[in-house]
Amino acid sequence: MSINLQALSAQLLVGLINGSFYALLSLGLAVIFGMLNIINFAHGAVYMMGAFAAYFLLNLAGIGYWPALILAPLAVGLFGMVMERTMLKWIANLDHLYGLLLTFGLALIIQGVFQNYFGSSGLPYAIPDALKGGMNLGFMFLPIYRGWVVIFSLVVCIATWFLIERTRLGAYLRAATENPTLVRAFGINVPLMITLTYGLGVGLAALAGVLSAPINQVRPLMGADLIIVVFAVVVIGGMGSIMGSIITGFALGIIEGLTKYFYPEASNTVVFVLMVLVLLVKPSGLTGRAA
Amino acid sequence: MKNKISTALLGTALSLAMAGVVMAQDKTVKIGALSDQSGLYADLGGPGSTLAAQMAAEDSGLMAKGWKIDIISGDHQNKPDIGSNIARQWFDVDKVDTIVDVPNSGVALAVNNIVKEKNGVYINSGAATSDLTNAQCSPNTVHWTYDTYMLAHSTGQAMVKAGGDSWFFLTADYAFGAALERDTSEVVKSSGGKVVGGVKHPLNTADFSSFLLQAQSSKAKVIGLANAGGDTTNSIKQAAEFGIAKGGQKLAALLLFITDVKAIGLETAQGLSFTETFYWDLNDKTRDFSKKFAARMKNGAPPSMVQAGVYAGLIHYFKALEALGSNPHDGAKIVAKMKELPTDDPLFGQGKIEANGRKIHPGYLFEVKKPSESKAPWDFYKLAGTVPADQAFTPIEKSTCALLKK
Repeated sequence: MSINLQALSAQLLVGLINGSFYALLSLGLAVIFGMLNIINFAHGAVYMMGAFAAYFLLNLAGIGYWPALILAPLAVGLFGMVMERTMLKWIANLDHLYGLLLTFGLALIIQGVFQNYFGSSGLPYAIPDALKGGMNLGFMFLPIYRGWVVIFSLVVCIATWFLIERTRLGAYLRAATENPTLVRAFGINVPLMITLTYGLGVGLAALAGVLSAPINQVRPLMGADLIIVVFAVVVIGGMGSIMGSIITGFALGIIEGLTKYFYPEASNTVVFVLMVLVLLVKPSGLTGRAA
Repeated sequence: MKNKISTALLGTALSLAMAGVVMAQDKTVKIGALSDQSGLYADLGGPGSTLAAQMAAEDSGLMAKGWKIDIISGDHQNKPDIGSNIARQWFDVDKVDTIVDVPNSGVALAVNNIVKEKNGVYINSGAATSDLTNAQCSPNTVHWTYDTYMLAHSTGQAMVKAGGDSWFFLTADYAFGAALERDTSEVVKSSGGKVVGGVKHPLNTADFSSFLLQAQSSKAKVIGLANAGGDTTNSIKQAAEFGIAKGGQKLAALLLFITDVKAIGLETAQGLSFTETFYWDLNDKTRDFSKKFAARMKNGAPPSMVQAGVYAGLIHYFKALEALGSNPHDGAKIVAKMKELPTDDPLFGQGKIEANGRKIHPGYLFEVKKPSESKAPWDFYKLAGTVPADQAFTPIEKSTCALLKK
């Protein structure tokens, strides 16, 4: 195959768009794992709930895309906090496997309920008027909405990183994961902070769901299809590393995009091949701390 | 002692005789609806197909005549190995007589072999591959609703006639996509067009932007979508986003179901033309059935063409059983009877089953309505043309089925 530079740059850009979703989702996973030590398998389900929340807001309450960008993550984040308070809290001190199994079960239940009522084909959600259309970049036609997704998720990712790594609140959080008893002795409400952190991680997933609603179908299984790739991203980037998961998310989107150009049949597997290679060479992930 | 033995022998003889009586009047039937119950084809087949089978059993009138009809369902998850295992278990353990539906050509072909080996009956409605009545044909199989030949010749030919003489394919990377691309390419080439390229994508892909960019840069006049279900809806939605139509390229949705149109939304889907063999709003009989069907569906959806095919195929199957008087549990014999009897059902009208197992009926070219033209929740199509039954499917003399060689 002759390499066409125009087509190649177009594929790189498209890869970057998918990478934004990977980054947003793996960021939420990394936050939850880093702060709560929970491997949150329900992440795909809450991503899907974010998209459905946007759909309901539009069709039941007439609330459009822009407010949904804030309201849907809030609502789903609240749901996440209830989940943390009523279930995850009780297994916080047990082996990781318990959290994994519990959240996996929850994900199956949530997906099952949605599938029961909405089928598997999905529901349409239109692109907001302000972001309709596209522009010709010379080497490709870029839908404005996709450009928006890349920029917006980059901003959100950096803001989250800043919040956790560079602010006082983030410092409390990190301290609380190291030694909760000591941090409590300073008069900080650690359980509340943990609940809020879980809500934040879930909210990030829901935000990714709202962003993807106009591009993909709003489908009960939209998260199940994505979550496996996102887990691979987190494993490659290193569990619990915030910056690592952001960078890996974008990078893997690009690699996947290139595969779609050179050998499309393998585009669903390339991420996992990379995961195996990384695990063989550096088992804690590219930027991860040793387990 | 001697008395005891003779009494025991007599008992055995009597029970054997009774068993014989039961067998001669065997009026029990067990049907397995094998489908994708939760994945990307679940809405066009899935639980709706099981309901269609149930309704066929009720409407056949056989139960009032003392027949016992059991319907069970299974989820093949779009995996040929899982589908084969379920089919084997159904025949070996559950004593199933007949398997219906089976969307996903990969699974359908695997199950086809097992039904033949076990001498069951196979009424396929959901799968598209025309191989079921050609290279892979079987004396136990009836392929009811549609196939890749039919899709290629109606939609494909119509597109070429309208000026779309260069094609680029987006093809689902498994048996169905390959068959549909092959059959459509033949039509395009024989009508004077050319195929400039194509890309194979994995089944169940969420993001088509890379593939659409390749299609865009190919400059082909028509982008042929040789995929189905969620893959097709995502392709169409994202094609709109990337301004494919504005660039002068046309989309050919080679296989589109009513559930897909619903998922895309009329705003984006309007104007698409494609072929189906059934639509709920065709005539009074289809409307009547669809109303009853929708009332029993959880989401109130009318039947898809696949679900309609399950119903109609079973109605004909029950007619054959009734003509035979009892269930011989001999698949090849029942299918031979089905081929012998002319078909007549409320959904597909009058027709016949060819010697290769191909059910023959008309194909309808539909166009998706504009949102302003749609008056009811599922009012989506307008009829753009009809392909008569004798032209819709592979002409019998062109079929490569081994059953035809005497």
